[in-house]
This record gives sequence, C-alpha cells and structure tokens, in this order.
Amino acid sequence: MANASNAPATDAPDAAAMAAAGDDAAEARAAVWTDAAMIAALIAVDPAGLGGVHIKAWPSPVRHRWLDLMKEMMGPGRPFRWVPVSAPESRLLGGLDLTATLEAGRPMVAKGLLAEADGGVLVATMAERMATETAARITQTMDRGAVTLERDGLTRQFDTRFGLIALDESDTDEDGPPAALLDRLAFSLTLEGLRHDDDLPALFLAEEVAAARQRLPKVTIGDPHVEALCRTAAALAIGSIRAELLAVRAACASAALDGRREVDEDDALLAARLVLSHRARALPAPPQQQDDDEQQPPPPPEDDAQTDEPETPPDLPDQPDEPEADTDRDDLADNAGEEDRMVDAAQAAIPQDLLNRLIAGQGARAANRSAKGKQKKIAGARRGRPTGTRRGMPGGGERLNVIETLRSAAPWQPLRRAQGQVAHDGVQVRADDFRITKFKQRAETTSIFVVDASGSAALARLAEAKGAVEILLADCYVRRDEVALVAFRGTKADVLLPPTRSSARAKRSLSALPGGGGTPLALGLDAALGVAEGERRRGRRPIVVVLSDGGANIDRAGAAGRAQAKEDALKSAQAMRAAGVQALFVDTSERGRMRGKALAREVAAAMGAEYLPLPAADARALSTAVRARTPADADG
Amino acid sequence: MKPTFPFSALVGQQEMTQALMIAAVDPAVGGVLILGDRGTGKSTAVRALARLLPEVRVTEGCPYGCDPAKGSGPCGEGCPRPEGDQSEVKSHMKPVPVVDLPLGVTEDRVVGALDLERALTKGEKAFEPGLLARANRGFLYIDEVNLLEDHIVDLLLDAAASGETVVEREGLSVRHPSKFVLIGSGNPEEGDLRPQMLDRFGLSVEVGTPGEIATRVEVVRRRDAFERDPEAFLDRWADEEKALRARIVAAQGHIGSVQVPDEVLAKAAELCMELGTDGLRGELTLIRTSRALAALDAAPAVTLDHLRRVAPMALAHRLRRDPLDETGSGARVGRAIDTVLGPAAAGAPGSAQAVG
Repeated sequence: MANASNAPATDAPDAAAMAAAGDDAAEARAAVWTDAAMIAALIAVDPAGLGGVHIKAWPSPVRHRWLDLMKEMMGPGRPFRWVPVSAPESRLLGGLDLTATLEAGRPMVAKGLLAEADGGVLVATMAERMATETAARITQTMDRGAVTLERDGLTRQFDTRFGLIALDESDTDEDGPPAALLDRLAFSLTLEGLRHDDDLPALFLAEEVAAARQRLPKVTIGDPHVEALCRTAAALAIGSIRAELLAVRAACASAALDGRREVDEDDALLAARLVLSHRARALPAPPQQQDDDEQQPPPPPEDDAQTDEPETPPDLPDQPDEPEADTDRDDLADNAGEEDRMVDAAQAAIPQDLLNRLIAGQGARAANRSAKGKQKKIAGARRGRPTGTRRGMPGGGERLNVIETLRSAAPWQPLRRAQGQVAHDGVQVRADDFRITKFKQRAETTSIFVVDASGSAALARLAEAKGAVEILLADCYVRRDEVALVAFRGTKADVLLPPTRSSARAKRSLSALPGGGGTPLALGLDAALGVAEGERRRGRRPIVVVLSDGGANIDRAGAAGRAQAKEDALKSAQAMRAAGVQALFVDTSERGRMRGKALAREVAAAMGAEYLPLPAADARALSTAVRARTPADADG
Repeated sequence: MKPTFPFSALVGQQEMTQALMIAAVDPAVGGVLILGDRGTGKSTAVRALARLLPEVRVTEGCPYGCDPAKGSGPCGEGCPRPEGDQSEVKSHMKPVPVVDLPLGVTEDRVVGALDLERALTKGEKAFEPGLLARANRGFLYIDEVNLLEDHIVDLLLDAAASGETVVEREGLSVRHPSKFVLIGSGNPEEGDLRPQMLDRFGLSVEVGTPGEIATRVEVVRRRDAFERDPEAFLDRWADEEKALRARIVAAQGHIGSVQVPDEVLAKAAELCMELGTDGLRGELTLIRTSRALAALDAAPAVTLDHLRRVAPMALAHRLRRDPLDETGSGARVGRAIDTVLGPAAAGAPGSAQAVG
C-alpha cells in the first residue's frame, strides 16, 4: 500500500522486462486500471466527501469487475444501492408506505433510495438519461447531507451521506449525465479499452480502507498543497470551485490510505491528476506566460507584455496590499516546483478526446454542456405533468393516487367500521374512494432553425434567425418548448445550438456566428433531419424551419456544382418529407430574383414544407410564424 | 444533516451577502433571487443566513407563529387566540423560520391538507398546515427554483401575491396567513425562470466563480477547516456571527428613523424612467432597499451612494427583456446609473428636477 500514489511506476518494470511493442498497450491498460482501483479505494474511504465517480463504460465484464471491487472496498454492511433511470420520485425520496399504512391504519413512511444509501454508495445506471430534475434532487441531498421529505402528507428528514457512481453509457457524441451532477463527483473514469482478461487487481484490502476511514478525520493538508491545487485548477481554466474542494478531499483520502496524517506532494499530485485533469477547459499556457494566464483564467486576449522575466515565479501572488508579501513569495517560490509538477501531471492525464478538443480550441464539452432542459420523463408511467386528481378507477394507463384515495376514504372509516362489513381493523377503502392522477400531456415542441449562412446575405439572415431563436426562448418557458439551430455554409453544416430552452446558453452559443462561402443546402437539411429524429426519440415534436433562398451550389459530398447540389438538396428534402417532419421553408431571396424563388419553392415542395416568402425575414416575423405553427398544450 | 457554514466566513460574493442581509432587515423588500454558476456558494449563503436571524415573539400553539401584538382573534385555522382581550395570550420567542421547499414536494405539503393520521385513526377532519404555513413571518427557500414544477410554482405565486393561503380541498375550507420572504437560487444554464415568478422577487443578484487565486485558496481553506471540524470552526467564527447579527438587529431598530431625502426620491424615479421599468414596484423596492442598506450602515439618511449600490440588485431583473439586445441587464442598469447619478466617483450634484 506504500505504492498508493505512484502505483503505475511499480508496474513499469514488469512491462519493461517483457520489452515487446504490444506491451506498451498492456502497460497503458494497467495504468488505467490502477487509477480505476485507486479511485474505488479513495471513494470507499470518503464516499460523501468525494461525491463519487463518473464512469464512462458500457456494461462489460470490466465494469462489472470494477463495481465488485468498489463493493469490496466499501466493506461489508455498507449499503450499495442501485438507482434505475426509471426510479420514480417516490422511490428516490421516499413517501407513504402503502402496505404498511393500510395495515396499520395510520400513515407509515417508506424511506427512499437516497436515505437508504446512507454511509454507502448509490449506483445510478444510464446516468446520461437522467433528467435534470432527478439530478437536482440527488445533488440537493448530497449538498445537505439529508433528504427532506415533504410528500404525501408526510414531513420527515433523513440524514444521509453517500457517494454516487454515475454509470454513463452515452455514445461519444451524445451528452453525458447532467452537468450539475458531474460537478459534484470528484472523479471521472473511462473503462473502455480495458480487457476482461487483463489482470485487474485490487490495490488495497478492505481492512486497509477501513483503517484509512478511521484515520481520515485527523489528516491535515498544508497550505502550500492547497495553493498548488488552486493554481493548477486556474491553469486549466476550471470554473467551479468544487474542483479544488474535491481535490483537497482526495489528497486527504490518499494520505489516509497511505497511513499518514499529513498530505504529501504525492497525494496532491494524485489528486490533481484524478480530480482536476478531466475538468480542464484550456491547456496550461507555456511556462513563461503562466503568470498572466493565472490571473485571468480564460486565455487573455490582450495582455502578453512583461511576461518574459525568467526569475518571476509563475505564481507571483496578486495581493500587493499585504506587507508580508515577501515572505509569502518565498514560501510560494519554494512551492513553485510542486506546482509545476502538478500542472504537468494534470496536463499529462487530460483524457485524449478532451485534449483534442482543447487543442482545437473548442473547450471541454463537459464544460460547455449544460443540462439543455432535458425533458426526459422521470418514469415511463408518468406522462405529462400532474395537474390534480379526479375520481375514477385505476387501470388502462390511469395511475392510482394513493394518498388522495386514502384521504377520501378517511372520513368514512368510523361509519364503515360501524357497519361492520369488513372484519379487519385496517383502512377500509371502497371503489368510490379511488382517485387517479390527472396528467396534462405536454405538446412539447422543438423548433429547429436551419439557417443558410452562405453568401452575402448570411450575416443579416443569421442575425435574424438568432433573434427569432431568442424571442422564442424568451416566452417558451410555460410551454417548455426548445429551440435548436443548424447553420450551413462552405462545405459543411453545424449544429450550432443543440436543443435547449436555456436562453443563457443560447446567447452564449450564438454570440459569434460565422458567415459566407458556398451553399450546401443538402447537408443543412440532413443535419436538421438528424436533430429532428433525435428529438422524436426524446418524445418531442420537431418542427424544422429553413431560412434560405434555395440556391444550393455545394452537393452532399462537399463539391461545388449547381446541378448536383440541387439534386442532392431535393433528395434530402424528400427524406425529410418521408420522415414526416413538419417543416416551414422561409424563402429569404429578394423579390426580384425569380430564379431563387423558383428554387426555394421547389425544395419546399419536395420537403412537404409550408412555403413562406419573407424576403426581409425579421426576427419578430419569424418567431410569430413559428409560434403560429406550434400547438398549445392539449389535455391528455 | 450537515451543520451550516457560518455566514460571516463566506469569502467574497459581496452583492449576494448584502442582498440577503437587506432582506433580513426589511422583509418588505420582497425576496431575493440568486442566480449563478455551479459551486458559487448560493445555497450555502442562504442556509447560513438562517442562523443570523434574530428571534421573534410568537403566539403559543399557533401553527402559523403569529405575532401576539397584532390584531385579535385567531389568525387562521387552529390559532388559539381569542377575540377581544389579548392579555391572556401566551407567547414565546422563536427563531425566524427558514423553510426549505425541496424539489419533489407535493401539493398537499405546500398548502396543507387533511391530516391523514387523525382522519384514519380518529375519523376527524382536521387541517394539517403545510410549508406555506410554516414559512409565515419567515423565509421560504427554494434551491433550483428554475426546476420547480409548474403546478407548485402556481401555488407559490398565489400565496406570495396575497400573503395568505386558501385551502379548498377534501371538504376543508381554510384560510390562513402566509407572509414570507421568498428566496430562490438556481443556475440559469438549466432553464429559465417563469416571468411571473421572476416578478415576485424584489432583489436579484448574479454570482460568479471567484477568479482570483488568493480568493479561491481562502475558500478552499475555510471549507476544509469547516468540514474537518465544524464545531471548532463555528466557535472560531462565533464572534463575527454575533457582530453580524447585532448589526442586523440594530438596523431593524433603526430603519424606521432613516430619512429619505427628496433628492434621493427624485433620482430613484429618474433612474426607473431611464430604464423604463414597469409600474411603481421597481421604484418602491429601490427606495426600500436603499433605506435598509442605510440602516445596515447605521446612517441617519439614505444617500445617493446607497441608491447607487442597490440599484443593480433592485432593478436588473425588472427591465423589459429585449432578446435582441446583446447587453446584459446588469450593464444596462450600470449605464443608467452613470447617466442619472453621474460616474461612480461622486453623485451628480443638484439637478433634483421634478421627475416623479
């Protein structure tokens, strides 16, 4: 267990001895597993303090092995609860225990999964499908260390502290679990690439973990380590301060596992690598620029003066007001070495796909991703939002509302008992008492704008489309509508704004839209159809709004040529029609240009789209046109 | 339940802490909305506030904690106060309630419902007050307010507007007071707030992640110390907490005597005109808020500086939303302040032209 924080190094000699090319891969896999096993041990030491881990892996023997290991590390008697993605709110938070209530004749409480997980871990399967609302209930519980139950006529509070294991089975280009949840989990782990026949050992014994758990409250962390972790987080442009808090907890857990009461540099390095690197939103600046970067975490566009003073420690504090700054600086200068090593370690551990995006300057998807108002249903049985109850028989898709049924039965109990028709003492419920929940079926719409960003009119058109998006978002709250935006230009089409109902997010995504170049209409329509089908799968109703003059001149393959481009555009349009997606084609060509008009009409007809000539399509006219075509709520 | 972090130990986030303290001094400012990124200490601050609040006198046995000094007769269903002579009414001191409205709350717990236990066991029809009853004369806190389900939002809007809760269900017909200060927090990235809900908040502040490393280090240090040994940490901050509480109590006593000069009234009106905020509510909130701030500063009268400091939190969320305007509402308020009050250095002298 002395190898706690540098275990990969101990594996190296074995692999080197074999000295074969294929062993590099094996070695890399061994290193991944070592981290995985380390993470399991750390979580087992301090589940609630560390929040847990985000595991990106499909169901596999390796994932199974890791979960077994996690269970083993937790030790016997500690809860290990599974939360299926379909778990209803009442099971998650707790509520009225129907059987016990009917039996006892008075309200009895059933604890929920969150309360049952106290002292252990909670495993959320298919966490990428978890609704924002469910995630919020879990994170509130994690933040407060208690579940507050205000349901079914019950008021209870259960203390509970647990770690969460979020199993993420998303595809690479799909969104993962809700960002608010990931923010609270210390670790992120990808098990893909590991093979089930690899050696997948545990690093610690359950007894060692138990001892570390006892030791943990006494473990302290020195200020230099805290500072180094904060600076590393800043160098990686990490926003949420939970990153540092979790890194501190991880360093302490690591020290505890190693049998120490003081965090040392290895612990801190390990924490930086396992907690900070996967949150990186930018690559650390080259050393001589670090000074500037650290003071303004996002890459500063303007100030790169006075950066070439080699003797300036990269962490020169920006607190000129303190008289003892000199001594501080000495401390910090001593500490600069650790910090450099830490930044290096963290940087080296940035996952490859994230690294590629960072290099491409796209920022971490994890950071950009927001919850996009996922409206996935929490439970399959729940349709729409509950709007009250009414008398009726359950069955045929109607759900019994237990608490209201009991309430309606309650006043009659003395009378029914007096009539003595039933022998037992429990609550006597008659068919008359049944109450079922009324749901309001939401006609949730996603408006997908497909904007022609090519040519000279591009900027104006984009600005209007953007305006329309924002106007729609500004008043779509009540209807829970979402908006997406696809732009095509040059040789490609991009989903600039994935479906969202957050205007804050839309504003950010739309703030800089490029324009100009050729008109790959076919690609734009294909991309829109992709988004539309995705929305259908989410149970939403897509409506595609195309803003173009129809003058396609780039074909599907990205080659120039009007004839082929037009043919491809018509094909894509037909595909949209075949998919039965409602569409609106807004012709933005100027009145005089009849050619454009004819083209647009033709594509619109092929799509089965409504054709709307709006040469000066302004944002308000657009949003009004779209709104007129989206239905209001319907009772279901 | 974890112990709560002390309010006085919060690092930075001045606007947020100030708004909360203002709401504590004068509940009439009408609630605080805190919007911001993840991990900025929004809910920590609200929960910490609870401990700072001074105690109030409540009627013994009243489920709504009504003030024995006000009115006569029962304040609502189940209140034991008699009509007429109030000298027999028993009362005691109690901390101001800070009630949490958790996500996943059901309607019956918000407004109250038939007491199931008594109905089932005794066959009695009794009213069991809900969270809106418990929050009376206190604070109602909703974390992730933008994720609250619509039908629950409706209930809150109703109660927040009228100051009382009307329950008509299961043969119950109950009306009781529920005057509370609404505190909401949320991350705007996860969805927008319904405009009607936004309107119920008197003040709104935006919090961001601290960018300075020194600040972040301090946050992490304090948090670590707190989590390691909450008791010791609370002890260490006990004096600061006491001082802060004393400041709030003093401000509550002092607020009645804080003068609002005509110049300030005129400027407040001018500011609202400049920003085109609807109705009088913005103006009223602006005046109330600056008076509460002056009281916290132990100042005899409201100054233009107070007005300047509170204008963003009182007005930013009241601007008519123009989706086509790129500028954030905070910047628009800032511009209007500069126009009306002059640049930040000193308030523009004189010029108290009759505007409002």
